[in-house]
Amino acid sequence: MSNELLKIKNLKTSFRIDDEYYAAVDDVTLTLNKNEILGIVGESGSGKSALAFSIMRLHTRAKIEGEISLNNQNIVKMPKSKLNKIRGDEMAMIFQDPLTALNPLMPIGRQIEENLFLHNKKLGQQGRKKRTIELLNLVGIPRPERVYEQFPHELSGGMRQRVIIAIAIANDPELLIADEPTTALDVTIQAQILDLIQELKQKIHAGIILITHDLGVVAEMADRVAVMYAGQIVEIAPVDKLFANPLHPYTRSLLNSVPTEGQDRLHVIQGVVPTLKNLPRTGCRFAERIPWVDASHHEENPDLHEVEPGHFVRCTCYKHFYFPDNKEEQENGVS
Amino acid sequence: MAFLDVKDLQVYFPIKGGILNRTVDHIRAVDGVSFELEQGKTYGLVGESGSGKSTTGRAIIGLEDVTSGQVLFNGKDVTDKKAKTKDFRKDVQMIFQDPYSSLNPRKRVLDIVAEPLRNYEKLSKLEERKRVQELLDIVNVSSDSIFKYPHEFSGGQRQRIGIARAIALKPKLIIADEPVSALDVSVQAQVLNFLQEIQKELNLTYLFISHDLGVVKHMCDNISIMYKGRYVEQGSTKDIFENPQHIYTKRLIAAIPDIDPKNRERQFKFRQEIAKEYRESYDRYFDGNGLAFGLQSISSTHKVALPEKG
Repeated sequence: MSNELLKIKNLKTSFRIDDEYYAAVDDVTLTLNKNEILGIVGESGSGKSALAFSIMRLHTRAKIEGEISLNNQNIVKMPKSKLNKIRGDEMAMIFQDPLTALNPLMPIGRQIEENLFLHNKKLGQQGRKKRTIELLNLVGIPRPERVYEQFPHELSGGMRQRVIIAIAIANDPELLIADEPTTALDVTIQAQILDLIQELKQKIHAGIILITHDLGVVAEMADRVAVMYAGQIVEIAPVDKLFANPLHPYTRSLLNSVPTEGQDRLHVIQGVVPTLKNLPRTGCRFAERIPWVDASHHEENPDLHEVEPGHFVRCTCYKHFYFPDNKEEQENGVS
Repeated sequence: MAFLDVKDLQVYFPIKGGILNRTVDHIRAVDGVSFELEQGKTYGLVGESGSGKSTTGRAIIGLEDVTSGQVLFNGKDVTDKKAKTKDFRKDVQMIFQDPYSSLNPRKRVLDIVAEPLRNYEKLSKLEERKRVQELLDIVNVSSDSIFKYPHEFSGGQRQRIGIARAIALKPKLIIADEPVSALDVSVQAQVLNFLQEIQKELNLTYLFISHDLGVVKHMCDNISIMYKGRYVEQGSTKDIFENPQHIYTKRLIAAIPDIDPKNRERQFKFRQEIAKEYRESYDRYFDGNGLAFGLQSISSTHKVALPEKG
């Protein structure tokens, strides 16, 4: 049997602006295996959260085309009653903001039990409480019996994020989507939460999609990485290949703009991320931000090309890309 | 004489309680912090949320009341609100964290950037417009956008408009409170480069407040690490990153994600070692209340919070 957990094919998620649909996620194809962490990186507005929400079918007004199948069940066409059965059970999500994702009027214990109650009717009240305490223990919350009775405002940000993780993993989901799980947290707590996610992967063998804009987090966590720009995946590769040999101009620019050892000036990507309405729909979407690369080097309808086994890059412009402030690279021409 | 000299700064917030709503206790947000700034240098203040780093910055500029201690700016005492003269307010400016809430959405860019000019300099409409256009040129925002409103700009552009406002009066000291933490990496790069450029041009001094050690390492000459209102370590960037002494500093440095996946194993082991050391040697570094000790010099530039010997 194959190891494939989630399969997305030609996914297009569009939103309506002034009577017209604009695709925020455009032609995304990817697979996720069991026991694998797939990192998705990109700047704000690149469509990474829109993609996560599409998988969970959490968009209320979006038009979703294409195919998303989890364990061979098509999520796109699934009726709501069925969806409610698998959401929180087979697939679950860790939300970004621990301050708003919890209900401020409900004790922590009940918020976790709610998820158990909805998906596991066999568990009695006592069983649910036992499992909840167990979960709180699992995510590393000290004195779980006390926290069980407490309200969200009594906990710190890191603790709240752990509660959200506890809710997400309550029913041992097979697919776990973590949407910027540590962005709102301090570095030391971030390190703890990331360790926790790694541990969970080993314990429940889930497939995890980790969405983040922090390249360091991806480098430490992911098995494979997809880089998104303007709604498309521009590069996807195993993590060591992506960091050792980044190919797409966007990936390279992003990596170059992170402060590292012995760097005087940081690389700046020209221009801005285009808004949904102004997205170039034909040609290479990154072209306007690297104007020094000749137009003839871009493809008309860029597709993902497999450069090495498992390493895909969109458009052919990467072959001719160089950083304008790097004289050497410019003169040598590029391979 | 130091350019800015902060001596034993304390900022306490009262906790009110009881029937009469009397002050029952204090939160010691900043609990005895001292440092000196040299002109033209960048000074980093690092800590986790709640460590008091923002409060320190806000107290220096006068947005919080100082409980005790002294702030000397160019040798003049500016601790008290009344002592903050017009000149001081002109020379010290602030860049705020959130570019989405620090610009008034109902004002045009022209009015936002010109506001400090209107307060301190009497300029004609035409001169004012010219100055604003110059400032927008410096921060690389196209100068024909002076009649636009903040919502028409991206996060990076907004942050740069905030910077244009901060440098409008040619200040000497800029307190930058997490200036890039709300921005994407590529935009962050733009703002950081830009802060370095104008520093050279205008001989600015920065008090750079941030929780991101990577950014601080890139920007700062000197760094202080703050924990629960006190300093745990103070030194040059080299001292802090190559020779960290305090367990809390080590822990912060270990927590930075490494950008090379090849180092993953090593980093993981390193972090576990540090976590172990932290648990085992906690009592050596913190007193009975979980607070840091006073600073002891270990070299001419490097100070660490350790219990007094003996």
